[in-house]
Amino acid sequence: MSGAANDFGDIDTIVVGGGVVGLSLAYGLKKAGERVLLLDEGDDAYRAARGNFGLVWVQGKGLGCPAYARWTMQSAAAWPAFADELRERTGVDVELSQIGGLTMCLHDDEMAERAAQLTRLRHDLAQAYPVEMWDGAAVRKLIPQTGPDVVGAVWCPLDGHASPLRLLRALLQGYDSLGGRLAAGSRVEAITPRAGGFHVRTTFGTFAAPKVVLAAGLGNRTLAPQVGLTAPVAPNRGQILVTERVQPFLRHPTLYVRQTGEGVLQIGDSKEDAGFDDGTTLAQLSRIAARAVRCFPLLERMNIVRTWGALRVMSPDGLPIYQASTRHPGAFVITCHSGITLAPQHAGALVDWILGGTEPQPLQHFKAERFDGMATH
Amino acid sequence: MAWQRIEDGSDAVPVRLVVEGRPVQARAGDTVAAAMLAVGVAVFRETPVSGAPRAPLCMMGVCFDCLVEVDGRPNVQACMTPVAEGMQICLQHGARRPEGA
Ligand SMILES: Cc1cc2nc3c(=O)[nH]c(=O)nc-3n(C[C@H](O)[C@H](O)[C@H](O)COP(=O)(O)OP(=O)(O)OC[C@H]3O[C@@H](n4cnc5c(N)ncnc54)[C@H](O)[C@@H]3O)c2cc1C
Ligand code: FES
Repeated sequence: MSGAANDFGDIDTIVVGGGVVGLSLAYGLKKAGERVLLLDEGDDAYRAARGNFGLVWVQGKGLGCPAYARWTMQSAAAWPAFADELRERTGVDVELSQIGGLTMCLHDDEMAERAAQLTRLRHDLAQAYPVEMWDGAAVRKLIPQTGPDVVGAVWCPLDGHASPLRLLRALLQGYDSLGGRLAAGSRVEAITPRAGGFHVRTTFGTFAAPKVVLAAGLGNRTLAPQVGLTAPVAPNRGQILVTERVQPFLRHPTLYVRQTGEGVLQIGDSKEDAGFDDGTTLAQLSRIAARAVRCFPLLERMNIVRTWGALRVMSPDGLPIYQASTRHPGAFVITCHSGITLAPQHAGALVDWILGGTEPQPLQHFKAERFDGMATH
Repeated sequence: MAWQRIEDGSDAVPVRLVVEGRPVQARAGDTVAAAMLAVGVAVFRETPVSGAPRAPLCMMGVCFDCLVEVDGRPNVQACMTPVAEGMQICLQHGARRPEGA
């Protein structure tokens, strides 16, 4: 095996993966004074961070796992300060708005189902949970452009949205301004535990560091076992449409339609098992568009300027995987489905833990052991 | 400098348009963009984000810098739309309205 390009002395932590999870961690680690090297595969990689919907979303999260609802609420609460910090450090406005969001319901049984979920979650949580069921009249009062087919909505005042691409740019610029090193276009091919740390072999040579944090999205699946961890994540495709820019009319984000700071209507999304195919299909796009038009009939006249598909990084139960390797101390795997929502937690609480702080209480629920014995494909 | 037609001596059929409330003479076969440039319209729109002025750039449907409102329909590519008798053309300031015919 070839030697490393550096000695163990000059990098503290290698972060693998430059999506929103890897960048949040790398930025947080750098802020804490670590010497960090970030390795990212490149533009032809699967990159959920560049194709997602941009919601900072609380409602509906944590059904059957109140710890996840709490973790999400903590992150949503940390978002305003996080956005301010990024703006001060980089000048980039991530277009955060957290004035409350809605999930529109088009059928009474959908309302009933969501109401039942809400009751269960509120019971499990045993703490204040400000989510409400609204009837159609209440929804139309807040958003007069709502269509007649909307029978009601789930309202959560903690919900919001941000620009995912501006977030990536702010994190990267922040990381860079702190002196973080990035090797773009460096796919990690193998990681070998060594005395004192890890050798990380990439397309451009091998790097050594005492700590390695795997944040490679779908790439974690094959990387994690090399350092005594597991990450049984699988792709789940979402398709999205965006319109031309129009004057603002929709201040509140909804689960499937939001208007960005620059006036674009972003319309989502599908949940499909399509393997590693991140393309689009007319059938899904037209279904998504039709649902959006029922929510907001004025969308019918708008021009669609772009559509795309992107692959979610899904664990079998949809919850994050946060784990430190016991077999090879110094190795971590960090992956989740809601990387925008959870960015402040990743840059904050998780970084403190990686650097040796106490494990945040909810993390006991997010270990990959919960999948042991479960058949994963 | 204003745009000028190349007079080829042909007797093209005149077509009457209204641009920002002003009667304008065009010729059958013109695109809306060509007709507007020929009568000296220099700024077609302002961009939604920065408000910077824009005029047709490519004249072949690629750049979307020529967007105008045609007969109440916003964000129409002037360079891809043939003129028609009585067409009403308005300039757009900033983003289009969300509603609109
Ligand atoms: C359609 C859709 C809608 C979504 N909507 C939302 C939303 O509204 N709100 C929200 O919070 N989340 C949303 N998400 C989820 C969010 O996008 C993901 O949680 C997040 O992007 C995951 O980030 P990541 O960094 O783990 O993965 P990715 O963004 O996929 O990044 C992984 C990175 O790892 C790199 N990589 C992979 N393998 C290797 C290797 N071997 N070596 C080096 N680098 C490697 C890749 O280059 C890539 O940059 C959505 C996702 C999708 C697909
Ligand atoms: S001038 Fe380029 S699209 Fe019309």
